Amino acid sequence: MPDDAAVAGEVARGDDSALTPQQRRAQSRPASAHLVAPRHHRPHVKHQFDTLAQQHEADTLGMWAFLATEVLFFGGMILCYTVYRGVYFKEWHNGSRILDEFEFLGISAGAWNTAVLLTSSLTVALAVRAAQLGRREQLIGLLLATMALGAAFLLIKAMEYRNDYHEGLVPGWPFHPDPRLLEPGVRMRPFELFWSFYFVMTAVHALHMLIGLGLFTYLIVQAWRGKLTREHHMPVEIIGLYWHFVDLVWIFLFPLLYLVR
Amino acid sequence: MNVSFTQSINLAGAMLAQSDGPGPSTQFRLWPQQASHFAVQVDTLMAYLLAVSVFFTLLIFLLILYFGLKYRRRPGHLPQMVPTNYALEVIWTAIPLALVMVMFVWGAALYVHEVEAPRDAMEIQVIGKQWMWKVQHPQGRREIDQLTIPVNQTVKLHMTSQDVIHSFYIPAFRVKQDVLPGQYTTEWFRPTKVGEYHLFCAEYCGAEHSGMIGKVVVMEPGKYQQWLAGSPADLPPAVAGEKLYVQYSCQTCHGERAPTLAGLYLRTSRVLENGQLKSVVADDAYLRESILNPSAKIVEGYPPLMPTYQGQLTEEQIMELIAYIKSLGSAANPREPSTAPQTNAPSGGGQRR
Amino acid sequence: MTSIPYTPALAPPETYLNVSYRVRSWLLTADHKRIAILYMISITLFFFVGGAAAVLMRLELMTPQGDLVRAETYNKLFTIHGVMMVFFFLIPSIPAVLGNFLVPIMIGARDLAFPRLNLLSWYLYMIGGCFALGAMILGGVDTGWTFYTPYSSSFSNTNVALTIVAIFINGFSSILTGLNFIVTIHKMRAPGMYWSRLPLFIWSHYATSLIFVLATPVLAITLVLVAVERLLRVGIFDPALGGDPILFQHLFWFYSHPAVYIMILPAMGVVSEIVPCFAHKRIFGYGMIAFASLAIAVLGFLVWGHHMFVSGQSIYGGMIFSILSFLVSIPSAIKVFNWTATLYKGSVDLRTPMLYALGFIGLFTLGGLTGLIVATLAIDVHVHDTYFVVAHFHYIMVGGAVMAYLGGIHFWWPKITGRMYPEWWGRFSAFLIFVGFNLTFFPQFILGYLGMPRRYYAYAAEFQVLNVMSTAGASILGLGYLLPLCYLIWSLFYGKIAPINPWGAAGLEWQTSSPPPTDNFDQTPVVVDEAYAYDKIEVPSA
Ligand code: HEA
Ligand code: HEA
Ligand code: HEC
Ligand code: CUA
Ligand SMILES: [Cu+2]
Repeated sequence: MPDDAAVAGEVARGDDSALTPQQRRAQSRPASAHLVAPRHHRPHVKHQFDTLAQQHEADTLGMWAFLATEVLFFGGMILCYTVYRGVYFKEWHNGSRILDEFEFLGISAGAWNTAVLLTSSLTVALAVRAAQLGRREQLIGLLLATMALGAAFLLIKAMEYRNDYHEGLVPGWPFHPDPRLLEPGVRMRPFELFWSFYFVMTAVHALHMLIGLGLFTYLIVQAWRGKLTREHHMPVEIIGLYWHFVDLVWIFLFPLLYLVR
Repeated sequence: MNVSFTQSINLAGAMLAQSDGPGPSTQFRLWPQQASHFAVQVDTLMAYLLAVSVFFTLLIFLLILYFGLKYRRRPGHLPQMVPTNYALEVIWTAIPLALVMVMFVWGAALYVHEVEAPRDAMEIQVIGKQWMWKVQHPQGRREIDQLTIPVNQTVKLHMTSQDVIHSFYIPAFRVKQDVLPGQYTTEWFRPTKVGEYHLFCAEYCGAEHSGMIGKVVVMEPGKYQQWLAGSPADLPPAVAGEKLYVQYSCQTCHGERAPTLAGLYLRTSRVLENGQLKSVVADDAYLRESILNPSAKIVEGYPPLMPTYQGQLTEEQIMELIAYIKSLGSAANPREPSTAPQTNAPSGGGQRR
Repeated sequence: MTSIPYTPALAPPETYLNVSYRVRSWLLTADHKRIAILYMISITLFFFVGGAAAVLMRLELMTPQGDLVRAETYNKLFTIHGVMMVFFFLIPSIPAVLGNFLVPIMIGARDLAFPRLNLLSWYLYMIGGCFALGAMILGGVDTGWTFYTPYSSSFSNTNVALTIVAIFINGFSSILTGLNFIVTIHKMRAPGMYWSRLPLFIWSHYATSLIFVLATPVLAITLVLVAVERLLRVGIFDPALGGDPILFQHLFWFYSHPAVYIMILPAMGVVSEIVPCFAHKRIFGYGMIAFASLAIAVLGFLVWGHHMFVSGQSIYGGMIFSILSFLVSIPSAIKVFNWTATLYKGSVDLRTPMLYALGFIGLFTLGGLTGLIVATLAIDVHVHDTYFVVAHFHYIMVGGAVMAYLGGIHFWWPKITGRMYPEWWGRFSAFLIFVGFNLTFFPQFILGYLGMPRRYYAYAAEFQVLNVMSTAGASILGLGYLLPLCYLIWSLFYGKIAPINPWGAAGLEWQTSSPPPTDNFDQTPVVVDEAYAYDKIEVPSA
């Protein structure tokens, strides 16, 4: 125990009862550390942080760390998918072709969805900008636009699912695809495996989209109530980051599922 | 020096293990029996590893004890601050590094030896299923949960599983290999001592995993021949395979519309896979795939005519077909399938073109 | 003098424990210290569930023939033992209890960066735990903790899916804990707490958190795929359906090998705190130890294939994984040597935490060295899936990690509860655990080399003597674990009031009151010293 600490202890013992518990503790600290002045509470700063800047940095880093987890999560799936693509090339090829053939106006649903998501990335980026500049109406508008695009994506996806269902392509439901869809030499088991991967991967992705829509709803309510200001726009940035990531995942999934043959 | 160490432990073991009745020895011992040529090699390596382990364990234990007592906290004794000594850090990084590199090289060299079976080995087929081992000798005799082999004969096991993963483990030989469904694995050894040894399934495979055991019986070659002749033998795998070959009318295509299978084994074939031309070696795995999933690799210059036999053949039958194809000679010494397969057993009477 | 005597005043100072006594204030707390307590209670529960399974297993193994339980039951016992001990006890043990409590305090922060996320972690953990217990009560699982396919996906007819859900949920708890630590350590250090001044406990938790965040999601997705295969009967891992069972093993070990470092790195962090304190010396080779933690975390991602040397993977795969396993052992060796060197010319006080820490060093060394033996290709062909491997990992996980956990609990008990534990009982049970442990698991090395396969409920007769020794040891070990449970609870009520710094230890946690206030410090501390500045602290009397 260092000497100065012992001294502090003596002092503390001097007249204990006159001090508040906090003071007593402060005095009895055997610190080889100096103390800085107590922090001042500011709005939006959570109690564990000292400054708003610190809080923002922490929030951002937290989201990045989370996204790192997500990369590995999708990465594991994409790895398996790719391994089997090598093994069951024919079936994968056949699956991709069927997926790519479901079209609106001559453009495949997957391509539509890619366009929709890319646009939503743009609106999110603009929303972040609006938040930074403190433009509330613009922010709400852009967030609504993003949500609309997100919803459009899910709608298109749902229509694809419905189509797949009608063609008997849902594994285990039972899986009974129309024989005309099959290319020669395609075996049923691996073909079903393709569709399992397709559904697991797109469903997990869609789940992420749904969560994103929930987060945007929260942001809109906050913005509406005037809780998001120029100083406090971090939630928009962080949720925006998340949305960009969900887009990015699709940018990987789309060619893997629809295009690579 | 390492060898003598192993020997002395075994001597101690042997003194305890005096009278072994029939069946694998049940004597208490501290070091396993050495009954294959691997056993000595593995044990010698183990002796090196044990020496390193004992040395460092003692070093650390004794240093802790010594420091703990010599520098124990007591009035008047003050600690001295010792700055980090980087020379020391380098030394205790480099020495272990050197020691483990020896472990790696030695272990890897022996492992390569353990994995790559010599070409002239006697091949025995093993099929694992919940929860038994089915063994078939080249001459046809079958056994269950037992593997009978002649001493000093190089033996190669050709293994697959009918359901889940098992693992064929003979402790006295120091060999083990997982047995996988849908794939072939091999394991080889040369028994050096007559006797009976444990056979265990080492990979957890369900309720009776610990019941999936048996014994390995190593005999004098003469006795082994007697044993082989002792019971009405089943058809040798190659002969049974030939029968199947006829039964499933493989011969209607092969030789005419389809490539001849003579001399195919271990030859390099040019095949089309996913539309790309590739060279593959026609090993067991390839033959299996050609029968079960012929469209995966199409031999260059032939149409994809061959039907799949998936679901029509049992694991045993597939193994027998492959044994037959192998008996048609390997890349080194091809033979025409029209001649009788190279076994002494009566030919299956198959008609081939 | 050792410390400032704590003089109870008329109004006791407000601590994190006495701010409120309502149940709500515990179940909805965002205070990292209270969450640590919640974790402590729950992992203890799961430890005893896993321990009870171990007791039954050891009883069964007293005789060569299966007589106590049926084979199916035995298989469920070792599965529940492995699942409980690994996923619900050891992985969360040090990080979620001691780490949760200490990471913010040691770096001078008021809380973790995301307190509510931290609480969510605990709830996820509990939900996962309840699923696992549920799976056990509803009939159990019999796949082993490794869930090898196709047995788990197509053949077992036990509650595999439920257990998978349990581990999946629990995985997210791990991820959130790791994420919270990473952000906290990056962004919330007190002024003056540079990276070069971080206690090694923090460094090792940082390394652990990286593994949490990067490895756990792979386990999650792997288990999802197993569940999909089970429910939809599509072939992902079952060759009969067109899948590849080896792919499952790769994915599983890609998580589970790094996971073993999740279990050992925090333990190394604890030992790195205890040893300098009771040797009263600066730790030898601070930089080397900190660096070694990161090296283990990074290299640990590259060695998973050493669990698959006889699985049928390629020879070259085997060689690469073997050499990398040897390389990853070097940082561990560096740590062991540095701890030992720290004792040199120190002032060594053999109190309970120190006994555990020294026990850790010795047993970890033995466990690690046998790790080298199983990493040697040709030897692993013989000892893979035998009791040799069982002994290897119990030496590291029980002799190492559990010892370190107990050492840490004793070391910080005064800080956590404000009470001292009874020293004599502490030393006695540390001794008992050491003896019982070695008696339980040393014979298993011999059994393994003799060839006794693991997961066998009936075995060949010649293995009996060594198995009986092992069971005898386990009963001593069990007693050794029950003792701390009893006297630590006793000390909550009757233990001596703990001073602020009973051990004369360096580190910020010893500069706030015992137990600390809700905000940890009244004012943000400013750090002016390197870690382990024991040259500036007087040696307490023995
Ligand atoms: C906390 C857990 C933990 C830790 C830290 C380790 C650490 C190590 N493990 Fe272990 N291991 C497990 C838990 C752990 N393991 C488990 C649970 C299994 C079985 C899983 C199952 O199948 O159920 C397993 C299985 C396992 C296998 C597979 C065996 C098999 O199934 O056939 C292998 C093979 O390489 C291995 C190797 C190693 C190595 C090289 C280390 C190294 O990191 C060890 C490094 C430490 C040291 C080397 C000691 C200190 C050094 C000295 C004192 C100086 C002297 C040093 C030298 C000469 C280098 N382990
Ligand atoms: C953190 C990890 C951890 C811990 C702490 C332990 C602790 C122990 N383990 Fe185990 N163990 C594993 C992780 C762990 N284990 C894993 C991963 C496996 C592999 C599983 C698999 O193959 O899938 C395994 C497998 C395993 C086996 C091999 C089973 C087999 O392959 O057939 C054995 C056999 O002896 C064993 C024994 C023990 C014993 C005696 C303890 C002792 O240390 C336990 C001591 C604790 C107690 C004894 C509890 C005290 C409580 C009481 C005394 C109260 C009892 C209450 C009632 C009976 C109501 N463990
Ligand atoms: C209807 C005709 C037909 C029948 C019946 C048939 N095959 Fe084939 N087989 C082919 C053709 C054509 C090829 C070459 C194209 C290919 O690889 O698919 C071939 C290729 C093979 C190959 C690979 C040869 C190489 O050179 O690489 C093997 C092995 C084989 N067949 C085994 C069998 C066996 C065993 C059977 C019976 C159980 C069988 N085949 C029955 C037509 C047939
Ligand atoms: Cu077959 Cu275990
Ligand atoms: Cu490992």
